[in-house]
Amino acid sequence: MDLLREIASSLETGDDERAAERTRAALAAGVAPRVVLDEGLVRGMEAVGARFKAHEIFLPDVLLAAKAMIAGVEILKPLLEGEGMPSRGKVVIGTVKGDLHDIGKNLVGVLLRGAGFDVVDLGRDVPPERFVEAAEREGARVIGMSALLTTTMPAMARVVGLVRERGLGGSVRTIVGGAPVSADFAREIGADDYGYDAANAVERVAALVAR
Amino acid sequence: MREVCRISPDSILPDRDGVLGHTGMAPRAEPAAGVARLVERAVELLGRHARPVAVFEEIAPSEFAQVLEGEGSNVSPNPIEAIHPRAERTGLFALTLGREVQDEIGALFETGEFPLGYLLDAAASAAAGRFARVVVARFLEAVVARGAAAPDRTALDYSPGYCGWHVTGQRRLFERLGPGEIGISLGESCLMDPLKSVSGAILVGPAEIHRIEAAYSCCAACSDHHCRERAGRPVALRPS
Repeated sequence: MDLLREIASSLETGDDERAAERTRAALAAGVAPRVVLDEGLVRGMEAVGARFKAHEIFLPDVLLAAKAMIAGVEILKPLLEGEGMPSRGKVVIGTVKGDLHDIGKNLVGVLLRGAGFDVVDLGRDVPPERFVEAAEREGARVIGMSALLTTTMPAMARVVGLVRERGLGGSVRTIVGGAPVSADFAREIGADDYGYDAANAVERVAALVAR
Repeated sequence: MREVCRISPDSILPDRDGVLGHTGMAPRAEPAAGVARLVERAVELLGRHARPVAVFEEIAPSEFAQVLEGEGSNVSPNPIEAIHPRAERTGLFALTLGREVQDEIGALFETGEFPLGYLLDAAASAAAGRFARVVVARFLEAVVARGAAAPDRTALDYSPGYCGWHVTGQRRLFERLGPGEIGISLGESCLMDPLKSVSGAILVGPAEIHRIEAAYSCCAACSDHHCRERAGRPVALRPS
């Protein structure tokens, strides 16, 4: 259907106003909200993700697409309340204790939401206990931690340790990222995974919840 | 010699490539129309919210050796250890774009304007880099003006967290320089507040001192691949 293709295309061009307007038009034309979501918005976001992976577009384009996706989803949300917005799982994210850099963490949050995850953003300078308490309380499947300073990276190890101490290792996975963080560091502290950038972090989270 | 300099944000506003370079976009790649428009808005916002201010001070080479030593956590050998003994003049500096920029970035994310917030962050990072070159040039001008360095000398800045200089080295740098005067403080984890701030050393000498020939272990772990390009164009008063 043209309207659904137009919705997908509005994501590809990063036009949030058009995404919202075409979403309303599709609903007015009698298209089921779930179909608008799956065959319009999600399809558009998948196309954007594929182009990003192929290095045809860059992060600013993906963020514009995510904004357009959210514009459409906000319209659909009340209509999908009965069946519930589909979620790929809940993820708790935050910048670790001592660190106030939150751009990377914010981008991961935006892209996770765009990819269909529920995100609990604890903000920055988050003590280790808060990550674990939030994951327990929210029933999160993944804890995502960001650090931009080598001096704050040890806080990630404390979160991983707490997850183990509380016996959550089987149900809550941990993933780390940030400029000084590496796959070796993630292995060293026993984190379940490492995301080398915001987009990769979303892929890795998807892989963690699929395990 | 110690100076505080306040400059107009207009003089350090980056161009489109400068902003997009901080987003991982390939150099000279043509952005989509929507992205190009947002970059323009980000630069305009930066001009409105940035309050660039810096402090720099010349210190003796022996004193710099102590600052560089920091808390003993540097990677050794490292390039700065090799460069600074060959420098003829040494300075410390700190600069910031001020708190308003980071507040604006946070506000944009909170209100769902994250593409613009992200590009403002990238624009601010690019501007901070441009400001560092302005400060380095001012320092070089000052030492040349009083005859402490020949006019053909060059200068480059080096910061804790890079080139094997451990980020905890900032503590000693802050003790010696005292950038609280311009509103920059250092947190327990060596995080500068406001966030869009830079601190480091300025080393003045012949252009060749900045060229790093050896492969240091810290270089292998470094994600910044622009050092050779940077070392090839140190700040100079006379174009070479």
